[in-house]
Amino acid sequence: MPTILSFLGIIKSITKNNSLVFVQLRSQSLVKRTGILFLAAIFTLLSFGNYASAQDAAAGKTLFQNKCASCHHPAKKSTGPALKGAVDRVPSKEWLYAWVHNSSALIKSGDKYANDIFLEYNKSVMTPFADLTHEEIDNIFAYVEAWVDPNTPENPNESGAAAANQKDNTWIYAIATAVLALLVFILSRVNKTLGKVTNEQRGIANRKDVPWYRNRVNIAVISVVLLALAGYWVANGAMEMGRQQNYMPEQPIFYSHKVHAGINQINCQYCHSAADESRQAMIPSTNVCMNCHMQISEYTGDQLYTYEGKKIDGTTEIHKLYEYAGWDPVKKAYKYKENGEIDAKPIEWVKIHNLPDHVYFNHSQHVAVGQVQCQSCHGPVQEMDEVYQFAPLSMGWCINCHRTTEVKFTENGYYQIFEKYQQEIRDGHRTGVTAAELGGLDCQKCHY
Amino acid sequence: MAQKKYWKGLEELENTPEHQQIVENEFQQELPVLGDVSDKLLGAETPRRDFLKFLGFSTLAATVAASCEMPVRKAIPYAIKPEDITPGVANFYASSFVDNGDYAAVVVKTREGRPIMVEGNELSSVTHGVVSARVIASTLSLYDKARLRQPLVKGNPVDTFEAVDTPIKQALAGAGGAVYLLTGTVLSPTTKVVIEQFRSKYPNARHIQYDPVSYNGLALANDATFGRNAIPSYHFEKARTIFSLGADFLGTWLAPNEFNHGYNLNRKISAKNPDMSKHYQVEAMMSMTGSNADERATCKPSEYGKVAAALYQAVVSGAAPKTGSDKLNKLISSAAKELKNNGLVVCGSNDVNVQIIVNAINNAIGAYGNTISWGATSNYKQGNDKEFVAFVDAMNAGQVGAVFIHGVNPSYDYLDAEKFNSGLSKVGLSVSFAERLDETAEKCQYVVPDHHWLESWGDAEPKSGHYSFIQPTIAPLFKTRAFQDSLLTWAGITDTYHTIFNAYWVGKLGQSAFDKALQDGIIVTEAPVASGSFSGAAVDGAIAAVNAYKGNTDGQYEVLIYESVAIGYGGSHSNNPWLLEMPDPVTRATWDNYICMSYKTAKEKFESELTLHNQVDHKKRVLKVTVNNKEVELPVVVLPGMHNDVIAIAVGYGRSKNVGRAAADLGKNVYHFGQYTGTTFLNYNVGTVALTSAFYPVAITQTHHSYEGREIIQEFTLDEFKKDPNFLLNKRKKELGHYTTLHWEGHHDEHGEDKSSAGEQALKHDKDFEKNGTLYPVHEKHGIKWGMSIDLNACTGCGACVIACQAENNISVVGKDRVLVAQEMSWIRIDRYFSGNPDDPDTIQTIYQPMLCQHCDNAPCENVCPVSATNHSDEGLNQMAYNRCIGTKYCANNCPYKVRHFNWFDWNGADSFADNLYQDGRRDDINDDITRMVLNPDVTVRSRGVMEKCSFCVQRLQAGKLAAKMEGRPLKDTDVQVACQKACAGDCITFGNVNDTESKIYKERYEENSERLFYVLEYLHVLPNISYLSKIRNTDAIVAKDKEQDVFQVKNL
Repeated sequence: MPTILSFLGIIKSITKNNSLVFVQLRSQSLVKRTGILFLAAIFTLLSFGNYASAQDAAAGKTLFQNKCASCHHPAKKSTGPALKGAVDRVPSKEWLYAWVHNSSALIKSGDKYANDIFLEYNKSVMTPFADLTHEEIDNIFAYVEAWVDPNTPENPNESGAAAANQKDNTWIYAIATAVLALLVFILSRVNKTLGKVTNEQRGIANRKDVPWYRNRVNIAVISVVLLALAGYWVANGAMEMGRQQNYMPEQPIFYSHKVHAGINQINCQYCHSAADESRQAMIPSTNVCMNCHMQISEYTGDQLYTYEGKKIDGTTEIHKLYEYAGWDPVKKAYKYKENGEIDAKPIEWVKIHNLPDHVYFNHSQHVAVGQVQCQSCHGPVQEMDEVYQFAPLSMGWCINCHRTTEVKFTENGYYQIFEKYQQEIRDGHRTGVTAAELGGLDCQKCHY
Repeated sequence: MAQKKYWKGLEELENTPEHQQIVENEFQQELPVLGDVSDKLLGAETPRRDFLKFLGFSTLAATVAASCEMPVRKAIPYAIKPEDITPGVANFYASSFVDNGDYAAVVVKTREGRPIMVEGNELSSVTHGVVSARVIASTLSLYDKARLRQPLVKGNPVDTFEAVDTPIKQALAGAGGAVYLLTGTVLSPTTKVVIEQFRSKYPNARHIQYDPVSYNGLALANDATFGRNAIPSYHFEKARTIFSLGADFLGTWLAPNEFNHGYNLNRKISAKNPDMSKHYQVEAMMSMTGSNADERATCKPSEYGKVAAALYQAVVSGAAPKTGSDKLNKLISSAAKELKNNGLVVCGSNDVNVQIIVNAINNAIGAYGNTISWGATSNYKQGNDKEFVAFVDAMNAGQVGAVFIHGVNPSYDYLDAEKFNSGLSKVGLSVSFAERLDETAEKCQYVVPDHHWLESWGDAEPKSGHYSFIQPTIAPLFKTRAFQDSLLTWAGITDTYHTIFNAYWVGKLGQSAFDKALQDGIIVTEAPVASGSFSGAAVDGAIAAVNAYKGNTDGQYEVLIYESVAIGYGGSHSNNPWLLEMPDPVTRATWDNYICMSYKTAKEKFESELTLHNQVDHKKRVLKVTVNNKEVELPVVVLPGMHNDVIAIAVGYGRSKNVGRAAADLGKNVYHFGQYTGTTFLNYNVGTVALTSAFYPVAITQTHHSYEGREIIQEFTLDEFKKDPNFLLNKRKKELGHYTTLHWEGHHDEHGEDKSSAGEQALKHDKDFEKNGTLYPVHEKHGIKWGMSIDLNACTGCGACVIACQAENNISVVGKDRVLVAQEMSWIRIDRYFSGNPDDPDTIQTIYQPMLCQHCDNAPCENVCPVSATNHSDEGLNQMAYNRCIGTKYCANNCPYKVRHFNWFDWNGADSFADNLYQDGRRDDINDDITRMVLNPDVTVRSRGVMEKCSFCVQRLQAGKLAAKMEGRPLKDTDVQVACQKACAGDCITFGNVNDTESKIYKERYEENSERLFYVLEYLHVLPNISYLSKIRNTDAIVAKDKEQDVFQVKNL
């Protein structure tokens, strides 16, 4: 229980710090994690502190991820140009606004710079964002200018130092315990022998020595202990049945979430677009992949490795996608079937997060209404080359989160009908309402 | 009132020893699962060792099964995702259910591109959102395994349409003799355009419409009296007095989906507006409509004309009717007086003379222009009996070169099917468009299956000027082709039906109006207002003719064939397991057709041999019915309210084996018991009935759930209600007063007159009883508290809610064998209670009460569950966690309402062991891969060994709440509509959040209809969340059993 609570605490602090740095929660101790988080927070603040418009950059980050990241990288050319430095490159700020609002119009107007870019990037038209205000565009570029590659180790010693401070003392305790146990054993033997000698001297007959393994008390105690252990083992095993935490299957395409969501900062919902409207988050169909991969046909990033350490060639994997999507990379065109449909076939991904049939889980309830971060349940996906099941997805895990998580009680008009809690909040008797207090533990919230 | 005795079945009335036994022993069977095993065990020489072997094996098996590795599951996305589909989000399309002339405007719910639920379209000016059980069940027919998967040539499947098109075109070119296109009633204007185009290519082609259950007499009578060979619109919503002569207009007659809405509007009643329509019914059998009548009397079908004539004379001249039955005479004279107040007379007879007299009555009471209108005609039935008979003769005479048959099945449903068959064999080219290999398609050379309506484009004009559209909601499952496209191909026209359809409507409405109409599903255009002027010339002749009709003589019976509410005329419904297992509203029997016979006849004429009125014993004596030397042997079911000289048998059964596994050889076909008068088909005949030595089990559900005589229904006559609207409220207060107001809280002050409104009194009563009826503190319920109210006055017993619940909640079909041992699974059932003297069919009164989990706040089931699998939610739901249930069935034993159902078997393949699937040979297709596409993905499919019951459609509650949360606003009534509520034709179910004083449910309980409010078994303090509104019958007579003298008396109030 305490571990889970603290674990949730960490999740909270992660979301609160809005930090990019996630840690391998599975292998490190609590203190260590908190330490790293603390450092990471300072690091993030410092890195933003270099710029006057830190607040703007934060706002720009969300916008960048939602609107731009699918085609642009801050520092690398992808479908569109790298955005870092763009502010200085373009003719004027007004030009930039005009381009973002409607690039086609600018190109048609005969603007030379616009046409140059258009030709440079294979005449791919940028989606017009007419609804972005000038301020928002400024924010985006403030963020892009402030962007630092998170993979560059700024100060590699910091986390190492934190780890060094936390030496593992277990073995010292183990040795001490063993020595003490031995001491107790020796002393009891000495005591027993002395007793025998005394008895002999006094002429009292010694009781016949029964070996320890035939001692009834010992047998009883050992049986009970063994039975208890077996029961514990069986019950635990039964409870674990069907659960597959850390499940990391091999997928038909080595799709690295780290490359897409981490390094290239593509928003989760760009691909999993149903997460805020449907029960399923939805795995994107191949045409969504092709939005970017019509342009990006080569992988030029860091060497990719499988979990087992095998080298992966990113470009080969992209070409596997082309096979599924029915895309001819040479002609740069789709292949069509006789009936005029694109000759695409679905990618048969191996499902990682499996819930039993009697569990109803709705993504939109959590993402749109509860505004829970994807990472709260799926873990640091943007750090995973191969996705694994981060959370146990057990009922206890769900329930605990429902017990501790507060709903958007005052923000969401739906909760007006809970007058009692509204009154208590107005009176200052409570600060928030957890999901559990609104019936979030009822069976038929998830089982029907 | 209190002296009225209700009974579900005659054995309950008589309280036979068998009945007592069955009440004592609710689970009617030894543990079925252990049946074989326990016999073997106990009979074995060393049962203990065998037991250990079984134990060891099952433990080992469980361990092996459970310790297997987790299977690798795939998550397969779309290759190219369709733009308007989001996985997990339902899409809704407006469409129209059209089955020949049977029509309803519907909204189809699809998930990931497959239709899973059909609900009514409330925008419709014709059906107003009413759908029958058959309409809802049609999703299951879409996925029917017995549907044809490709065209057939002489019974052999072919892979391409060319393989049928080429020979058919050739044969058509060389067809000697006439070309006939035989269809059911065609409602579609564009199909008529296509037929015209076909005929322009083959000028000798004729189009004949045929209705297996004919309404031709009605149209011909209108021709005789109005000069219009058509059927007018009936406006039940305007009718304050309804006289139905054998017309089951709520169940099967003409257009029940249209009539239900109007009829039920006038059955709603409250203390503030204590007025309702009066419904008279005179009929031969006990129909669903008759069971809802305020006043009812019986006569033989051959006497319908005489009754109509007597009523006509009583209306015109005030002459006292002389029908030979006192009750009938009295009923006719009182109806004659009242009909002048917005009266409407309808008649189920297909006899032209009878309908002419009915027209004369309607004219005399001023119904035309008021409750009947010629402004728009009803197009539901356009069959012409004479033409069809002539066509059959022409075939037999070898004059027919080619015949194309769509939508109809005369080899099964024509009264002289043999003649039709022999004629068909003489036709050079015979083509069927049947969706399955039905009796007629079997005999055709080519079968080119048509799409199911859920796969089709189309339109319908059920009433002139009222148009309705059919949109496909799924791509065709099989290699089928729209029937219109086939005709166009064979006529050598290159346009597809869809382009013709589009061109027709865009031309008529314009693109944007057509788009809107398609989205709405309906459009009403100004139809030319036409009226007919009545000519009474034919009336005297008709009266003379009907008075000469002869009925049965001694020793004979009049044999009536009728459409059952569930199956209807047959068609694909015959093979629909949902409909087959839906209990008939009146007889409560499933899975069979049978002979309905009155109690008196059964007792007196067949006493020595029959199992009498004992419904407990499922074995029914088989009787042999002989009409015109045609014999049919069927079991007999005693049905109170039947005329003593009449037996009735449902059509739609006795299908050939190719129709499907569920329908094959189930019951008997009785269409051949009809007769042809020379102008129209009639649905009755005269025959004899003889005993046989055989017995046959009929699965009747009516006495499966006994209340052991407790009072659970509240019924009043309209006069009683007007005189003392607060009677029921005061009765509740008197009964429970000692609990609602405790002595030390001033109970002694309560005897004075309570001056507060009925609503306030009811609210106070409910609150006080909850608080003071128990020692325990009251559980606080803030936020949402779900509640349902059911108006017994508006429930007609039609069963649409039962099928809607089944479709929405993946409820299992269990098959006849399991219904016989009371293991049916339906979460909502409609209990039918009779009252009156079973010996006198004219005294029988019927009440329907939908019964489902009452979601008690103090539920007896919850506290007996050893594993807390059933418990209470924050929102007042009595919730059931299937995976926690270990199947002790304690909850079912402790439920006073008997609404819990146990999965004795693995009905749906949800069990972890694959080989445990229950199979009975008849219902098994329901587990086919294709048929399973009908399952609602938001509801768990339950496996063996768990209890289940109504969940208040919790998936819809959750979805409704989520929608409100996404928009950040409080929940509204319209966010949540449960399946039964949406399906209810009479709008008798109100559902919502009782804590919300603005909600309809709160208003119904505590503001508008508090006088009629009651809870079933309220005194148990189980605090149900379902309330009922008492039944008000617009009659002045009740039938009561005098307890001391043990005789029935009709009491006039």
